[in-house]
Amino acid sequence: MLKINNLHVKLEDEDKQILKGLTLEVPAGQVHAIMGPNGSGKSTLSYVLSGRDGYEVTEGEATLDGKSLLDMEPEERAAAGLFLAFQYPVEIPGVGNMTFLRTAVNAQRKARGEAELSSGEFLKAVRAKAAELQISPEMLKRPVNVGFSGGEKKRNEILQMAMLEPRMCIMDETDSGLDVDAMRLVADGVNALRDAGRSFLVITHYQRLLNHIQPDVVHIMADGCIVRSGGPELALEVEQNGYGDLLAEAG
Amino acid sequence: MSDIAVKDMQVPQVSGTAKAPDALDQRLAALDLPKGAFAAARTDALARLRAMGLPGPRDEYWRYTDPRPFNAPEPAAIARIEGPDSPLFASRDKLTLVFVDGVFDPTASDDPTLDGIEITTLANPSGAEWAEGLFGTLEAAGQTPVRRPFAALNTAAARDGLLIRVTGKPAKPVHVLHRRAFDKADAIWHHLIRLEEGAELTLLETGSVGARSNAVIEADLAPGAKLHHIAAKRANDAKVGVSHLFARVAAGAVLKSFALAVNGTAMRQESFIDLIGDDAVAHVAAAVLGDGEEGPFHHDDTVFITHGALRGESRQVFKKVLKNGATGVFQGKILVKPGAQKTDGYQISQALLLDEASQFLAKPELEIYADDVKCSHGSTTGAIDEDALFYLRSRGVPRDRAIVFLVLSFLADALEEVEDEGLRDEINERLDAWLTGRGRA
Ligand SMILES: Nc1ncnc2c1ncn2[C@@H]1O[C@H](COP(=O)(O)OP(=O)(O)OP(=O)(O)O)[C@@H](O)[C@H]1O
Ligand SMILES: [Mg+2]
Repeated sequence: MLKINNLHVKLEDEDKQILKGLTLEVPAGQVHAIMGPNGSGKSTLSYVLSGRDGYEVTEGEATLDGKSLLDMEPEERAAAGLFLAFQYPVEIPGVGNMTFLRTAVNAQRKARGEAELSSGEFLKAVRAKAAELQISPEMLKRPVNVGFSGGEKKRNEILQMAMLEPRMCIMDETDSGLDVDAMRLVADGVNALRDAGRSFLVITHYQRLLNHIQPDVVHIMADGCIVRSGGPELALEVEQNGYGDLLAEAG
Repeated sequence: MSDIAVKDMQVPQVSGTAKAPDALDQRLAALDLPKGAFAAARTDALARLRAMGLPGPRDEYWRYTDPRPFNAPEPAAIARIEGPDSPLFASRDKLTLVFVDGVFDPTASDDPTLDGIEITTLANPSGAEWAEGLFGTLEAAGQTPVRRPFAALNTAAARDGLLIRVTGKPAKPVHVLHRRAFDKADAIWHHLIRLEEGAELTLLETGSVGARSNAVIEADLAPGAKLHHIAAKRANDAKVGVSHLFARVAAGAVLKSFALAVNGTAMRQESFIDLIGDDAVAHVAAAVLGDGEEGPFHHDDTVFITHGALRGESRQVFKKVLKNGATGVFQGKILVKPGAQKTDGYQISQALLLDEASQFLAKPELEIYADDVKCSHGSTTGAIDEDALFYLRSRGVPRDRAIVFLVLSFLADALEEVEDEGLRDEINERLDAWLTGRGRA
């Protein structure tokens, strides 16, 4: 599904290389986790894949279902099935959560040549999914992420993901800031979406999330590269020993 | 939004007006000065105007706005907008009074009888004895400390307008619907509104005004009265226009005025508000969308609020979205007189520039002669927040639509000043339609 090959990325306005030949493949239906020290480039990877400005790809490629992602506008990537749950979701005062979400859902459907959802259909779907994530109707009415607690913002990201039904979901530290119960809710939300045609790339610092969302593969990222890949046991190793030994081995 | 620059120009006020007597003579010669009712007030206004003259190029109060389009004896013709009236507030139960080129059209209007309110017109003021001695006095009071010649011209020359006396709480809003007929209409109208003690009125204004317009509202609020004024002029219209709101707000009375303006070649909206009684409240706000693509865009909001009593509260919230070389101007002043303790004055003016060709010029001022007051002012100029734009686009919202969301987000604080949630939603809906090219605001 997602193939990243030898990706080199630097900042557009600065002579600073962040990704230095990153290679990674997430096949359809699989969950891959990325762990790695602060500043290793995990968020940068997720931004570059989803099309944020400010980065320059100097080498390598990234494809979704064989189509090059890097030439597409962010909204085209979304319509192609890519979704990023942000590490820091953005507040947008004066724009209702529901209006925003309905516009997004229907814009994607339109871009794919599918029929748009009527307000009735949309409302029904969003209410059901919000209830599962314990997002109150009052929160749905508020402006996008405004006045949401950290954990509420993260749950709102998962609500958007559930409504948009992307095929490639990237989650950047969605577990940070979540209490134990909220983490279970989020994990349940993700697990409900797991199927043979959908893949996940889960960026996290903690092994705990991976107890709830069982990954097929765990990657360790350091200084802009994947330095090691393995099974779920790799996450346990990080949790117990930190990155020191792993990086020494790789280096 | 991100603040990329703050243009906060403190320019000393110069009271001298460079006179242009010839220009004034020509301007007056082109007018058909009305005779009859309010003759004394009109004569006084003409004398005031002659004494101050029209604003010249050196006039400090006109530093950011070129007065020439208003000084010219005749307006430039503009094409009429065809099609139905603006759908704004269409679903509301309201008493609609139609003005064509600034003149009341009784046949197109609703029957103006309504409990708690007396409505007559300037051209036909029979029964409005209450208006004698009031007409023109708030405008006259608003000539100090800064001269407002176009308001004096209006009092002298207005052909029509509403004389509204509110004694109770009428069951529905009064809606002034403007229409255009003549392509060179120089529409000059003057509304006088008196709210008696505890009376309440919602006044809506929509529609298209003349090729050039000059509007004055004098609003006199007795203790405990409440006036909610919402003006939402139509898009791509009112190419050249000046308007003045003069309000006197007595103890415990509340004035809320909101204006939506979409396009215009040269527009100036002045508000002059005197809080004369304790616990008086005045909020003025505007949301302005300016696009210079089809011709120059210039919009100036000039506000002067005087706190003259205890515990007054004033808010000024002005938001302008500018693109394709559009210019936005804001001059706002809060004057707190000696003894006006516990004043709470707030002023914010902000521009969202959608490109580098557009500009916002702001001159916020505070003048405070009391020691126990809370006053703040701020002015910012910013661009679209790239993080928010990316967030929306990453969800599949196309770039243009995402920018519309962010424009609405930017304007939200100004729209908050529309107290009635239903009216606010309707304005938002029209803005959205206009911004996405689905219709005229
Ligand atoms: N716009 C930018 N300007 C300057 N430096 C940047 C920018 N974006 C990323 N960086 C730098 O690139 C490196 C990688 O940052 P990134 O946010 O991708 O790390 P991360 O792996 O997600 O870290 P964390 O675990 O703390 O979230 C860091 O050193 C960061 O400071
Ligand atoms: Mg990160």
